[in-house]
Amino acid sequence: MQGGLKFFPDQASTMAGPVDAFFFYLVGVSVFFTVLIFTLVAVFAVKYRRRPGNEQGAHIEGSKLLEITWTVIPLGLVAIMFFWGAKLYYDQERAPANALDVLVTGKKWMWKFQHSNGRREINTLHIPARTPIKLTMGSEDVIHNVFVPAFRVKQDVVPGRLTTVWFEATKTGSFHLFCNQYCGKDHSRMVGKVIVMEPNEFQAWLAGDTGLPPVASGELLFNQLACNSCHMGEGMLRGPSLAGLHGSRVALLGGGSVIADDDYIRESIVNPAAKIVDGYQPIMPTFKGLVTEEQLMHLVAYVKSLEAPSGAKAGAAETTSGATLAVDAATTAGQ
Amino acid sequence: MTTDSAEPKYPEHTYLNDGYSLKSWLLTKDHKRIGILYLISITFFFALGGLFALLIRLELLTPQGDLMQSDTYNKMFTMHGIVMIFFFLVPSIPAVFGNFLVPIMIGARDLAFPRLNLASWYMYMAGAVFALYAIVSGGVDTGWTFYTPYSTAHADSHVISTAVGILIMGFSSIFTGLNFIVTIHRMRAPGMTWFRLPLFIWAHYATSLIMILGTPVLGITIALVGVERALGLGIFDPANGGDPLLFQHLFWFYSHPAVYIMILPAMGVISEVITCFARKVIFGYGFIATSSMLIAILGFFVWGHHMYVSSQSEYAGLIFSALSFLVAIPSAIKVFNWTATLYKGSITFEAPMLYVFGFIGVFTIGGLTGLFLAALGMDRHVHDTYFVVAHFHYIMVGGALMAYLAAMHFWWPKMTGKRYPEGLAMVGAIAVFVGFNMTFFPQFILGYLGMPRHYHEYVPEFQFLHIMSTAGASVLGVGYLIPGVCFLWSLIHGRNAGPNPWEAKGLEWTIPSPPPTHNFEEIPVVTEEPYQYTSEASSVRHS
Amino acid sequence: MSDTLNGQSRLAHHFVDLQQQKSAATLGMWLFLATEVLFFGGLFVAYTLYKLKYYEAFVAGSHELSITLGCVNTAILITSSLTMALGVYGAQTGRKAFACNSLLATLALAGAFLVVKYFEWSAKFEHHLVPGPDFQFDVTHAAAVVANPELLRIEHVKMFFILYYIMTGLHGIHVVAGIGVIAWLYTQARKGVYSAEYYTPVELVGLYWHFVDIVWIFLFPLLYLLGRH
Ligand code: HEA
Ligand code: HEA
Ligand code: HEC
Ligand code: CUA
Ligand SMILES: [Cu+2]
Repeated sequence: MQGGLKFFPDQASTMAGPVDAFFFYLVGVSVFFTVLIFTLVAVFAVKYRRRPGNEQGAHIEGSKLLEITWTVIPLGLVAIMFFWGAKLYYDQERAPANALDVLVTGKKWMWKFQHSNGRREINTLHIPARTPIKLTMGSEDVIHNVFVPAFRVKQDVVPGRLTTVWFEATKTGSFHLFCNQYCGKDHSRMVGKVIVMEPNEFQAWLAGDTGLPPVASGELLFNQLACNSCHMGEGMLRGPSLAGLHGSRVALLGGGSVIADDDYIRESIVNPAAKIVDGYQPIMPTFKGLVTEEQLMHLVAYVKSLEAPSGAKAGAAETTSGATLAVDAATTAGQ
Repeated sequence: MTTDSAEPKYPEHTYLNDGYSLKSWLLTKDHKRIGILYLISITFFFALGGLFALLIRLELLTPQGDLMQSDTYNKMFTMHGIVMIFFFLVPSIPAVFGNFLVPIMIGARDLAFPRLNLASWYMYMAGAVFALYAIVSGGVDTGWTFYTPYSTAHADSHVISTAVGILIMGFSSIFTGLNFIVTIHRMRAPGMTWFRLPLFIWAHYATSLIMILGTPVLGITIALVGVERALGLGIFDPANGGDPLLFQHLFWFYSHPAVYIMILPAMGVISEVITCFARKVIFGYGFIATSSMLIAILGFFVWGHHMYVSSQSEYAGLIFSALSFLVAIPSAIKVFNWTATLYKGSITFEAPMLYVFGFIGVFTIGGLTGLFLAALGMDRHVHDTYFVVAHFHYIMVGGALMAYLAAMHFWWPKMTGKRYPEGLAMVGAIAVFVGFNMTFFPQFILGYLGMPRHYHEYVPEFQFLHIMSTAGASVLGVGYLIPGVCFLWSLIHGRNAGPNPWEAKGLEWTIPSPPPTHNFEEIPVVTEEPYQYTSEASSVRHS
Repeated sequence: MSDTLNGQSRLAHHFVDLQQQKSAATLGMWLFLATEVLFFGGLFVAYTLYKLKYYEAFVAGSHELSITLGCVNTAILITSSLTMALGVYGAQTGRKAFACNSLLATLALAGAFLVVKYFEWSAKFEHHLVPGPDFQFDVTHAAAVVANPELLRIEHVKMFFILYYIMTGLHGIHVVAGIGVIAWLYTQARKGVYSAEYYTPVELVGLYWHFVDIVWIFLFPLLYLLGRH
């Protein structure tokens, strides 16, 4: 919630509790050592102040036992910190598979959001409560950063690549959204809010004023830009079939492989030369400059929506690129 | 402390009266005079950076941007950061006290390369001229971190002249470090073995390693930023095929180790002062010396902890996090050893010692909050919020700057031959401590609440804590004026100090204050370990 | 080391003896070279990263460079390292004329290096291979040399040339600085300043010159020989 004098941030996502618990552990360790050091210093300062009879300190050069103690104990404590922090990070990095997708574009100095049915908004993001949301983010100019304190999430939005972040709101209400990476003149005005609604209210809101959903707009673009001339159709294709591509492992020319995530698909469109699919000629032209960052996200959304055909196309794939695509089809089909 | 009633005599030949002309100062090759030149220059830059800080705090008094425009504010924190880091804190202790003391403490007549030393100061000044030119002609607004592509393709301010300034000042830092290392290796007096070196020297040795190995990388990086911006190329700009993360990696490869350039010399000062005012040998000499080296070495491998949410690889994040925790351990070892040094001491509370107490407390808090930032899952929430601002001010202002002030008070009588008014200086130390905590403690809370950095306007619910912080800053500002008053007063009215007003150990206290031009009539022969405040007879030895 | 009259006067006031003075200077030079390694290191990191990313473009860019001129320059620099070493030897053994001639030869070779570099760069300028708005690169022309010409992006070739100019440029600045100090050594040597007792400056400049040579030994294959078999 906004407003009022506060000393602790709202807990409004599933991540807030675990992060705060960790925070209290860290505060606990810090308070313990701060109090310990302050007390020792104060006690020694008073007890061993110079006065008649105590003109000179005792000659103590050190103690191995103590040194070991105050090395090992902090080591143990920071080891806990490391694993605890890493565990949280791991959870923060991996969105649940059923997360709702929202596209985010940052530009100086505003946020553009688009929901999966096409509804757009600027600087305000409506989301349903108790539903994992995954933001897929791109920037049109400099580095920005999405930060929702009440959700304890934050991620840079970097030009030239797509980044993601996910959260699941637990409370309805309005929460701050800040641009948290310095981006120039109106950085401090690049703020917005996240409005968390009950899922049914959200559905009603969403149905309100929609444009073309990203997937549909992506499909339109896919045809307009003639992607289909290489990637769609029967028999021998010039480009690999994109069906079921998302999430699969792609074997690359010259060995190695990548998992086809959003960023890979985006890269394949703007910089196809970067990673060549094994078994294909690098004939795909770059679409960089021809499509906006937002259109790119639409294309990516569309490519992601193409599901692996079960069986039907596997034969064709076999003839075009040999085993790799078949394996892809198999793995994606198995998902 | 000493009950001497007769004022000691002021020595006849000192480095200060060895020529009065401007030329005798500007062309001096005497490390002590060069130290004084640095002292004057960095004091100017501290006042300038402080002025910017004051303006920042005034603007943040209200949630609206009423004092200045957003671009003005952006320039304000950028120039505050650049001036404070590159032109004040990085040179501070090494360039002033390192210069003044390193040769004397090891029993040498000067640094190994006196001309190079003077050249370093000129390079510092040349860099400063470029930076000042940038400031006067309109300022720079990229943040002190110069993140691309903002700095190279979008910012509309004096990025290039600032970059040139930092590049040149970087060389000054490299050559200072080089001079120290060679001096410490080659010019120790007979009997001054490695394990008889004062810890101040160990700290400077470690610092110098970082200076000569880290700074060149900053130099080339900042040069590339300048080139990219000047010629419109795309080395780091994704619009031209560049990679902005490469910039961040190169920048932090220097700038993380640089934070240890700022704190290690401070830690060296603490070891010197605490032993003197506790009248005790340092506890765990070997551990403190080794931990300085460990910090310097490990510090080179943790830079990625500034980039956890930048979209660098997850696995890189894990490694950087683990190493960041490791590098904290040697700092912890030092804090514990200093605390143990107080045990069974004979402690007095002059101003330098008060600053040391302040340092230990505040550095502990600052360092421990660094652990929050090093933890992956936590940094996602607090990254680039006021929590980070509070963390680094706790270490740099509360830690390094208090150590710098401790050094100023401790060695002032040595440098000038005059005493400063003790009572007033103690009041100053207390004011700085109180003002400091009032300024920056609220910022931890602000940060956890989610107040982002670099905001000149903010949401109203943060105002209360910002007011607290600004109020604290005014106390702090006054606090900093008090030592200034003390030192000026002492130049005019101060009593003569005599060679060793604190009855301290160490070669610098065996020669007159102020020292003669060539430091030692005869090169001393060292026969004992440092900090022998206690006679072995009265001692309890532990192993 | 005997403190000859000549030597005595070279002893700066703050050193105990010439031995100490010399070992300090030598350590100083090594540390300086360490910073130089890191200075170039930043560029090598950038080069490696972009080479991995834009391999084809880098190969194409590399083929625009003249191997012949590159080889000639490599030979010139290696030879100059040899003459420099001879110069140090001459100074060390007190053979004044020999030392002077060797230094002179080094200077000549360093000059020759720069002349070749000049021709190389001006040829690039004529072909509009200068990163900037006028950058031109004939992709079809490069088709013959790279395995997958379709992968070529002109802005990535541009990146190659950016790094090419910065790296060879920075190296060139080091050569120019080297010429400056060697020329100074030469005038000193002519005056007979160096002797078997005192030749530290010659030795240290020699170290520096070998370093400049070694940097080139790395630059040459990275920039000129990329993707050639
Ligand atoms: C002198 C300067 C200085 C010093 C010494 C440090 C020391 C440390 N710093 Fe800090 N730091 C900065 C200056 C400094 N820092 C600056 C300027 C920034 C921001 C840059 C920017 O973005 O503008 C920053 C940012 C920063 C970040 C990035 C935050 C972000 O942007 O999200 C991180 C993350 O790991 C970090 C961690 C640490 C750690 C672990 C230490 C450790 O070395 C601290 C070790 C000390 C202790 C641990 C205290 C003593 C210990 C005890 C009393 C005993 C108990 C100990 C244990 C239980 C271990 N720092
Ligand atoms: C050594 C380093 C150092 C020091 C000493 C300080 C000192 C102070 N800093 Fe600074 N600070 C940084 C390094 C430092 N800072 C850095 C690196 C940043 C990040 C910049 C960036 O993000 O790019 C930063 C950012 C920063 C911010 C965040 C701005 C933002 O993100 O929007 C704030 C806000 O409160 C702040 C406040 C202060 C205050 C109140 C002091 C006080 O301690 C200052 C007190 C001093 C005085 C008040 C001066 C006393 C002198 C006089 C009164 C004389 C008056 C002058 C004349 C007569 C000419 N600093
Ligand atoms: C001239 C033919 C051609 C056109 C037009 C074309 N592509 Fe491609 N595409 C290819 C080829 C060939 C490959 C495989 C080689 C490679 O990776 O570059 C490919 C690869 C891809 C991949 C990676 C596939 C994988 O299996 O990893 C994606 C995603 C992709 N294209 C999307 C698109 C989109 C979107 C468009 C339209 C905007 C498009 N392509 C237009 C030929 C084409
Ligand atoms: Cu966008 Cu800050
Ligand atoms: Cu760091």
